[in-house]
Amino acid sequence: MNPGRLKEISYFPGCSLATSARENNQSMLTFCRQSGIDLVELDDWNCCGSSSAHSVDPEVGSQLPARNLSLAPAGRPLLAACPSCYLRLKITHQKLLKDKDARRAYHSRWGRPFNPELEIIHFFDLLAGMADAGNFGDRLNRLKGLRFVPYYGCMLARPPQLRNERNFHGTMENFLSSLGAEPLPWSHKSRCCGTFLSVSRPDIAARSVRKIMDGAAQAGAECVVTACAMCHLNLEIRSALPGKIPVLHFSELLSLAMGIGGGMGWFRRHLIDPRPLLKSRRLIA
Amino acid sequence: MERVEKYIPPPNNRTHDRDSTFLSEVVRRSGVNVSLCWHCRCCGSGCPFAADMDYLPNTILRLVQFGLKREALESSAIWICVGCHTCSMECPQAIDMAAVMDTLREMAMESGIQVGEPDILKFHNEVLKSIHRYGRTHKLEIMMRYKLWKQDWFKDLDVGLKMLSKRKLDLMPSKVRNLGKIRQLFVAEREEKKK
Ligand code: SF4
Ligand code: SF4
Repeated sequence: MNPGRLKEISYFPGCSLATSARENNQSMLTFCRQSGIDLVELDDWNCCGSSSAHSVDPEVGSQLPARNLSLAPAGRPLLAACPSCYLRLKITHQKLLKDKDARRAYHSRWGRPFNPELEIIHFFDLLAGMADAGNFGDRLNRLKGLRFVPYYGCMLARPPQLRNERNFHGTMENFLSSLGAEPLPWSHKSRCCGTFLSVSRPDIAARSVRKIMDGAAQAGAECVVTACAMCHLNLEIRSALPGKIPVLHFSELLSLAMGIGGGMGWFRRHLIDPRPLLKSRRLIA
Repeated sequence: MERVEKYIPPPNNRTHDRDSTFLSEVVRRSGVNVSLCWHCRCCGSGCPFAADMDYLPNTILRLVQFGLKREALESSAIWICVGCHTCSMECPQAIDMAAVMDTLREMAMESGIQVGEPDILKFHNEVLKSIHRYGRTHKLEIMMRYKLWKQDWFKDLDVGLKMLSKRKLDLMPSKVRNLGKIRQLFVAEREEKKK
């Protein structure tokens, strides 16, 4: 495709994708570019506040995402890749939609009127818009036989005010099985990884992660595929299994199926080396 | 895993400890009608960390209903809750437990009581300081400051070194240009403005 005619979408990477999960960021950007979409990073974006801001300073917790919303140019959707950033942006947008005074305050604080039309989407929304198998053409069997368990984390367990929003469960299974991979049933798909407890109460987080990784092993998985950069890190850090199962970002596998990624150095960044598995499947050289 | 629930004395023996405004304050601040809870305990059976909490999630709501303010605000449960919303998916009354927990933490900090999980509060504060400083989180610095406070450098050292070697932790922070605007959002600056 002509790079001049790529479809532009605003993009909020968030702290994890910008730093610790750079391989997630890069593989997603590459995949989108190949699929005709240009993700344009929000200029001067800030942290959405993560779990900490709303935990201890709700005012900051709601203003940080608001600033990011104010930076998004009108006329194109805003994509967040991290499920937690996505939730924070979405919740803040909904609050502003409902509250006139908050909108007025927003206008005077950020110097820009609130955009009620701004569509906040997750990477999965974007995929849902692409014809599942059609986009992959001749690559349908690239991931043939790869046995994986899909791990969504708790992002899909929505707060009551977002109950009517789209549910993304099944997206990873659909896409990856259309590429030949084999999703295995297991019961930890949406179990919380422990998020910040991994630092402040590692005992609790480690227990939670061990349950998840044991579940993956019992299901007979060769790898865990994650939808969340923070979960990815927690699963890798706190997994204590002897024969550790590699944990891959969903975007990495998508890119591999498109024939990109082998030489990009993404897999070197993993704490559990996925390269032996990927090599045995001839997905990388 | 075995867990022993804390015994809550019946409130009629404890009238001296009850705070009659507590329930209404929590409802007002969280926007959640706590009185709707049936105590069916679906929330606790879904919560991945219920076993690590001193009170089950619905018991926290019970404390609020009874006006047992000190018990609720000093609990570890309100800090261990990570806001994953698994409970509200299970809840037949669609109670937003995470919002109640947010409110209770806030009230715990305001009231100056003994915080149930100081480590967790410390970590959150380090994250906020990092956002105040850079507009984004600088993970390496957050970890180092947390460890410095905690004085347990050698615990998890292997994990830290591995993350460094895999370049999972950037040495330098990434900064927002327009930091002034961000700093105005924080408590100290808000107080300053009020004066
Ligand atoms: S699931 Fe809902 S109604 Fe049932 S005990 Fe928990 S909060 Fe109360
Ligand atoms: S939001 Fe809190 S109480 Fe609810 S399931 Fe998650 S950790 Fe448990």
